[in-house]
Amino acid sequence: MSVDFTSVQIVDVSRHFGRRRALSRVSFTAGSGDIIGLLGPNGAGKSTLITILATLATPSTGEVRYGDQPAARLGPALRIRIGLLAHELHLYPELSARQNLAFFAQLYGLDPRSTVGPALESAGLADRADDAVSGFSRGMRQRLALERALLHRPRLVLFDEPFTGLDDRASGLVADRLRALAAGGAIVVLATHDLDLADGLVTRVALVRNGKLVSDEPASSGLRARYRALIGAA
Amino acid sequence: MFFRTAWLVLRKDVAIEVKSLEVLTTTLFFAIACVLIFAFAFVKNGQAPEDAAAGILWIAIAFSGTLALGRTFERERYAETLRALLLAPAPRPALYVGKLLGMLALLASAELLLVPLIAFLFQAALFSRPLLLVGILAGGTIGFCAVGTLFAAMLVRARSRDVLLPILLYPITIPVIIGGVRGTAALLASPVDEPSAIMWIGILAAFDVVFVTLSLWTFEPLMTE
Repeated sequence: MSVDFTSVQIVDVSRHFGRRRALSRVSFTAGSGDIIGLLGPNGAGKSTLITILATLATPSTGEVRYGDQPAARLGPALRIRIGLLAHELHLYPELSARQNLAFFAQLYGLDPRSTVGPALESAGLADRADDAVSGFSRGMRQRLALERALLHRPRLVLFDEPFTGLDDRASGLVADRLRALAAGGAIVVLATHDLDLADGLVTRVALVRNGKLVSDEPASSGLRARYRALIGAA
Repeated sequence: MFFRTAWLVLRKDVAIEVKSLEVLTTTLFFAIACVLIFAFAFVKNGQAPEDAAAGILWIAIAFSGTLALGRTFERERYAETLRALLLAPAPRPALYVGKLLGMLALLASAELLLVPLIAFLFQAALFSRPLLLVGILAGGTIGFCAVGTLFAAMLVRARSRDVLLPILLYPITIPVIIGGVRGTAALLASPVDEPSAIMWIGILAAFDVVFVTLSLWTFEPLMTE
């Protein structure tokens, strides 16, 4: 089954955890080549939305659609094209960088011999490839986690705070990577609090507050001022 | 894809365990300590109460198995790697099978140590019918691990998972524990009660089929938030 990744539509999505409403009737569409900046204060519902897009949670009401296909029906054919870098890094600390990447490569049906080496180079960890991840700094883990998330060349890339623990140079490299992914036709959804990095990087902005979509608009310069106007102090 | 994924998950768990030996050593120490304490309490003048060995064997398996389940899934919780596994394009029940096989390998290692230790300390003729013993151990361990793996995975994100796991696990696995204890006791009878042992193996096999089928069926919906 092939999945249409020209756009992903979030249609009237709500999500409740017991009596707590994490998302309330959120709708927007992201197209191929977009970098959507998902912005909002802590607890606004950004991570919940990313979790739903990653198929790890189902909406209480509403649906996510790829072309004319609802995500709920797509299963592994959809998941093989989703890349997720969340706040927790999804790496096994006991295993080496190489073992982590090889495991996930094989899980996605890739040949680790052709994928792991370039990914380690790209993360700048070729010389530490056989060291246990538990001995890495947060920045090194973050770079490795980024490569893990992108090993299988996803078409929908979901990043939840990807700049955490990175220095300026590494953050710049991640931002360049995001631009390259979008230029290659991927849909990139970026949840972040770093408005300075998001400014000039994202092509569209979705502002979320208290589980509601406050604004969905093309990005323009002065993102911080716009955020302050709609959400409050950043 | 299904079996390949299960194999990859199993191999990854074994690789982690070989590096850390954390779960294996904890499980073995706990199981041995459990048996030794019962031996100090029950063995008098080299004589143990009849059938005690059967109960103690299964208590050690159940308790150390619960400990191993908790520790194994704690690893997947630490960096939320379980979510990364669930995001992979593999059939999600295959992840369950991989974790189940890892648990079975771990408990089989514990049993390799427990059975001779109990046979020695309690003067129990556990090796009189080795094939029947293997059948009973395999049947009971598969049933226990099938339910335990599902519950441990389900509770990964629960705050009181260490409390909830035994509370949920023991009542549901009571039939498996009874089958294991009664089957092992039949092997320890003098003369060996082969028909009873075979009957209990059959009952355990039936439980295993039911538990594994239900777990495979419910794993994906239970793991999706």
